[in-house]
Amino acid sequence: MADLLVVENLSAGYGKAVAIERIGFSLKAGGALALLGRNGVGKTTLLNTLIGVTTFKGGRITLDGADVTPLSPERRARAGIGWVPQERNIFASLTVEENLTAIARPGPWDVARVYQMFPRLRERRSNMGNQLSGGEQQMLALGRALMINPKLLLLDEPLEGLAPVIVDELLAALRRIVVEEAMTAIIVEQKARKILPFTDHALILERGTVSFAGPSAQLLEEPGALEARLGVERA
Amino acid sequence: MSAPSRAADQSSGAIPADGGVLAHTLSRPPLPLAAEIAIWIVAVGAFFVVPDRALLLNEIAILGLFAMSLDLVLGYAGIVSLGHAAFFGAGAYVAGMLAVNGYATPLPGLLAAGLAAALIGFLSSFLILRGSDLTRLMITLGVALILLEIANRFDDWTGGADGLYGVAMDPVLGLFEFDLYGHTAYFYSLSVLFLCVLVARLVIASPFGLSLRAIRGNRLRAAHLGIGTSRHLVAVYTLSAFMAGLAGALNAQTTQFVSLEVLDFHRSADVLLMLVLGGTGYLYGGLIGAVVFKVLQTLISDLTPQYWQFWIGLLLVVLVLVGRDRMSERLGALLPGRRRGVEGDPA
Repeated sequence: MADLLVVENLSAGYGKAVAIERIGFSLKAGGALALLGRNGVGKTTLLNTLIGVTTFKGGRITLDGADVTPLSPERRARAGIGWVPQERNIFASLTVEENLTAIARPGPWDVARVYQMFPRLRERRSNMGNQLSGGEQQMLALGRALMINPKLLLLDEPLEGLAPVIVDELLAALRRIVVEEAMTAIIVEQKARKILPFTDHALILERGTVSFAGPSAQLLEEPGALEARLGVERA
Repeated sequence: MSAPSRAADQSSGAIPADGGVLAHTLSRPPLPLAAEIAIWIVAVGAFFVVPDRALLLNEIAILGLFAMSLDLVLGYAGIVSLGHAAFFGAGAYVAGMLAVNGYATPLPGLLAAGLAAALIGFLSSFLILRGSDLTRLMITLGVALILLEIANRFDDWTGGADGLYGVAMDPVLGLFEFDLYGHTAYFYSLSVLFLCVLVARLVIASPFGLSLRAIRGNRLRAAHLGIGTSRHLVAVYTLSAFMAGLAGALNAQTTQFVSLEVLDFHRSADVLLMLVLGGTGYLYGGLIGAVVFKVLQTLISDLTPQYWQFWIGLLLVVLVLVGRDRMSERLGALLPGRRRGVEGDPA
């Protein structure tokens, strides 16, 4: 299958500071990439650079054969980059359903399909964005990103700060989206072992550069490989 | 600097809210349908209760439309303006000049005036896409001042400081003559207001309207989700200018006079005051604000013709310091029914 996303020599940061340097990788259509690393190594910066909200220093981002590097965040979203931010960023003054329809774009994902994926959102469809629990907000953020019918889905720590039961529910949904729906995705997550089973490849960042790029299975199968590369002790 | 880096300069770190502080402060939840129907029953019924005040009712309907047009940009898109009179005045002058030059049929004149105001709104909308509330206040104020000076300068067309005389309108739909008492004028203005509210309702309930509220919530966040923020703001600003132009045209056609006052700063300030009184973001705030403003103005100016502005100003200060919600809650608690309800509450 052809590469959907190609990142070449990408450097970016905030203002004059450089946070990621000469990063390169590619992602095939329908593939999923686990983006791993300790806090502060540049994972969120890499996602933010893909959506276009960091200070661009150099390199090239190609999505589905088109160079999206010079595009604004708005145009990148319309080019097919869906984003689930770490902060969720739900529109508090809109209801659940309004949050979904406000940004809807034509395609297979519509409100009914999002409700099918997250029945809990259907129950809360008339509630305002600020009346939702953290887990519901995360479901809404994910559903909202799907509503733009993206070619590439970026998820920034989707399991962060959620109760275990909600984590399991979200993981099941993520697995369905990535495996069954074959959505191309990049998932940043601290709980690496939760997402590695359903991602094809993993990228580990260390001080803004790539320290490991390879199959997710390799990190899972080799005893201690993941912990050694992340620089943490196995729990 | 490339596009990504420009965006980053605005949003590195936490993404700031950019929906306008004033818009958030004044925002109110939508009215239930029953309340909307009641408002229209009262609006029609008012004519039969006080037929001798039809001129005042007409003025309220026009100001209500003008205030609703500002609500579209302030309440739904978070754009604050101190120069909305630019569109009101443009509509008034176009309708007036058409009538003076022999094109006195009301509806085509109304439409032409709205379109002329919309054109000005479209062209000036690009100026308000960037910057903060303060920037927008100054830009919108500046546009209104420019139009005021243009109207003053081209007095051969506009009548300048003397105003535009000789505005005589044909009957509405060829059937209803304008009368001295404002009877036709009120129903004409009320009909246009009703149609505009219907259109505005459709617009704000559409995905476009929801996107506007998302932009008001956080413009950068909306852009990151693919909402064309600039296009949306240009579109709603143009629509708002169209409706303000209609209000101005109604003013010219029903009063049959246009002066520089239609472009004056106080018009823009008054309409903003009406929204402060009535609230934003539920369409009827402008209408309610216009009723409160005009009734207070009429009552107070009857009592003290020279100092009515003092009392309106005092009300505004109290309203801002105490807060409309707290005032209405306390006033509501004084009502007998409400008191009984409180006292009867076992809790």
